[in-house]
This record gives sequence, structure tokens and C-alpha cells, in this order.
Amino acid sequence: MSIITRSACTAALLMVLSALTAPMATAVAGEPTVSVQNCTWCHGTSAQGYAIAPRLAGQRPAYLETQLKSFHERFRDNPLSRQYMWSATAVLGPQAARDLAAYFATIPPRPANDGNRNLAATGRTIYMEGIPDANIAACYACHGPNAEGIRDIPRLGGLSRFYLKARLEQWAQGYHSVPGSPMPLVARPLASAEIEALASYLSFIK
Amino acid sequence: MSSLGSCLTIRAAILAVSLSAGLSAASRADEVQAKLDYCKTCHGLSGQGYRGYFPMPRLAGQQQEYLQSQLRAFVERRRVNPIMANVAHALSPSMVAALASHFRHLDPRPIGGAPSRSLAAGKRIFDEGLPEANVPACSACHGSDGRGQNEIPRLAGQLYEYTVGQLTGWSRVRGQGTSVDTSAVMAPTAHNMSRSQIEAVAAYVSTLP
Repeated sequence: MSIITRSACTAALLMVLSALTAPMATAVAGEPTVSVQNCTWCHGTSAQGYAIAPRLAGQRPAYLETQLKSFHERFRDNPLSRQYMWSATAVLGPQAARDLAAYFATIPPRPANDGNRNLAATGRTIYMEGIPDANIAACYACHGPNAEGIRDIPRLGGLSRFYLKARLEQWAQGYHSVPGSPMPLVARPLASAEIEALASYLSFIK
Repeated sequence: MSSLGSCLTIRAAILAVSLSAGLSAASRADEVQAKLDYCKTCHGLSGQGYRGYFPMPRLAGQQQEYLQSQLRAFVERRRVNPIMANVAHALSPSMVAALASHFRHLDPRPIGGAPSRSLAAGKRIFDEGLPEANVPACSACHGSDGRGQNEIPRLAGQLYEYTVGQLTGWSRVRGQGTSVDTSAVMAPTAHNMSRSQIEAVAAYVSTLP
């Protein structure tokens, strides 16, 4: 089975699952809350990420919260966000978003380890130093020495190569995440070989 | 060869020269713009500063001479900062001048976010200094509006965390090596301030427009 067919099947499966699980949202104290299970159907039972759905475990709670809000407001608009997360967060209130974010942040994250080992050293150099001659900024300055993130700046270490690569490509393609994000400017000068190296390096970080 | 022919040749030459001058001016402008975008990825889209994992200082409204002297200090490792050493190393003198002039003329509102509990104490230190601790008034050199002059930096609107970090770590980061460095002027003053005095004055200057 080709990769394309397989991911199409996965996407179809996920769509069915999200349709099945949507009615699980229940209204409590005037605000609909969403059960954790609604998230873990796609993001994995221990929230370590699965196929196209990124890992949520160990992510910065403030980041998860801002992204949930951004999905809810239909501002974060890359294809998979439109396809899954807009409907998944349609009835999600601020308190429920905060609760989910706090929950997932406490789960210890495991690295995806799905990058190309041969590119990891190059990726690390770009992460730590950037490429000043090509106007590529050091990721380290904002995402931290171990790619752990801070406040609403996400943890990148150990996310899957697939997810990191897609996100880095999408910035330059004009998709949005939150208002005022510097990432479109940051990612614009990255060539595909550099994106591949960064995504590989980050996938191995514990 | 007619005079018309030589006239055409001259006109063609003039056209070629002016075209190439135009093109190189355009590509130069593109280069400066790309570098400005690069600076702003970390220092804020209006140069107002940015809170990353580390606080990235406000460059907007900063004195050009100060920016130029600090970029040189990074390259010469008189001021320790691994990221900025690499960044500054890739800049030609004319690029530095163009960047410094651009940031000098930006005027976004201060980024805010400092604790507000000791603004009054900070203002007092800024205006009057701490005579008992041998700390001169900041305003004496940085100006009563905190906008600095020449090599004396603007403090107005600077990120709270950045100012605290600089003043608490002054002698570990600045004036390294043996060459002469204007940062020495500030060393005793930074040293003579307590943590809470530093926090108070950093909070105050962060609010100045």
C-alpha cells in the first residue's frame, strides 16, 4: 500500500471517528465540556501523537490553550486544522480548553524518533545557531536549549518529523496559527533540506 | 561612422549604466529588507522586543551609535552572546548602518508586562539615584526621558526581563577581554544596585514611551 493511499485511509478513519465521538460533548454548568477521549481518539490513548495527529503529551499548557482557541475561532487554518480541529473545537469553551490543556501538559512526553539520523547533526546546528548568512534565525532563542518551549511558545523536542515538517512548510505557504506570531517570517527563508534536517533533529529530542 | 552613430552608442552606454545602477540599488534594498525581517523575527515585528525563551531586547528608537557599538562588541566577544556573535558576524558595516538607522526611527508602544508594584521606587532611582549606594541618577546619562544619546542606550520601553538580566549580569557579559569598552562605565553602578532596586528601575523604564 502506498504512503498516499495509507494516509488517505487514515484520514478517512479519523473522520469517521471524529464524527462518532462528537456527540460525547456534554453540557456542564452552562458550558459544554469535552471529554479527553474526544482528543485521544486521534492523538493516541496516551496523547503521544498518532499518524497525522501531533503529540499533546508534555506540551506547554498555554500553547495548547491558545491553539484550541485559535481552532475554535477558525484562525489556525492549515488543511488538517480545517478538516478536524475546527469541528472538534466548535463547542469548546475557554474553561474546557484550559482544563484539557492542563491535563495533556502533565503527561510525560516520549520522543517520536522518526527522523533521519544522518540529518540530526545539521538540524542541531540550524536549531542552535541559525544560518545568519541566509537570514535564518536560531530556534534556540525562543524555543529554548532543549526545545522545551516556554509559556505559549511550544515544545518542539520529540514531536514527529511528519508534523514538524508540515508545520514548517505551512508557515511559508501563508497559513495562520495565532495573530502576531513571528513564525511566518521565521520560516520563510528555510529551504526544504533545512526543514528536513530540523524536523529530523527535533524528533529525537527527549 | 556618423555622429548619430556615436551618439546612439553613448546613449546605450548611459542606459546600460543607469539600468545596472538601478538594479543593484533594488537588490540592495531587497537585501536590507530581508535582513530587517530577520532581525524582527526575534526582536519583534515592530522592533518592540519579544519574550522568547530569552528576552529579546527592544531595538525600536535605539541610538544608532549604541547598536553599532554592541554589534561590534558581539563580534569581538567583548559582549558574550553566542547567538548574536553569529548574527553580527554576518553583517557588513554598511548593512549595520542601514539596520541601525531603520530601528532608530521605529516608535511602537512599549511591550509592557512588567510588575507594577515598585514603579514609584523605580522612578525615584531613575531621577535621583541612590546616593548612599553610590548609584548616580540614570537620567543623568540616559536622559530624563530615558532615550539615551549616541553610545548611551535608550532605556525607554525596554523589556523588563532584559533590563533585569543585563544589570544583574553586567560584569559577566559585558566588557570581556582586554580592549577598551564603554561598558566599563556602567559596571560599578550595576554592581552597587540590589536585586530589588534593579527590578524597580527596570519596571519603571519599561513603561517610558
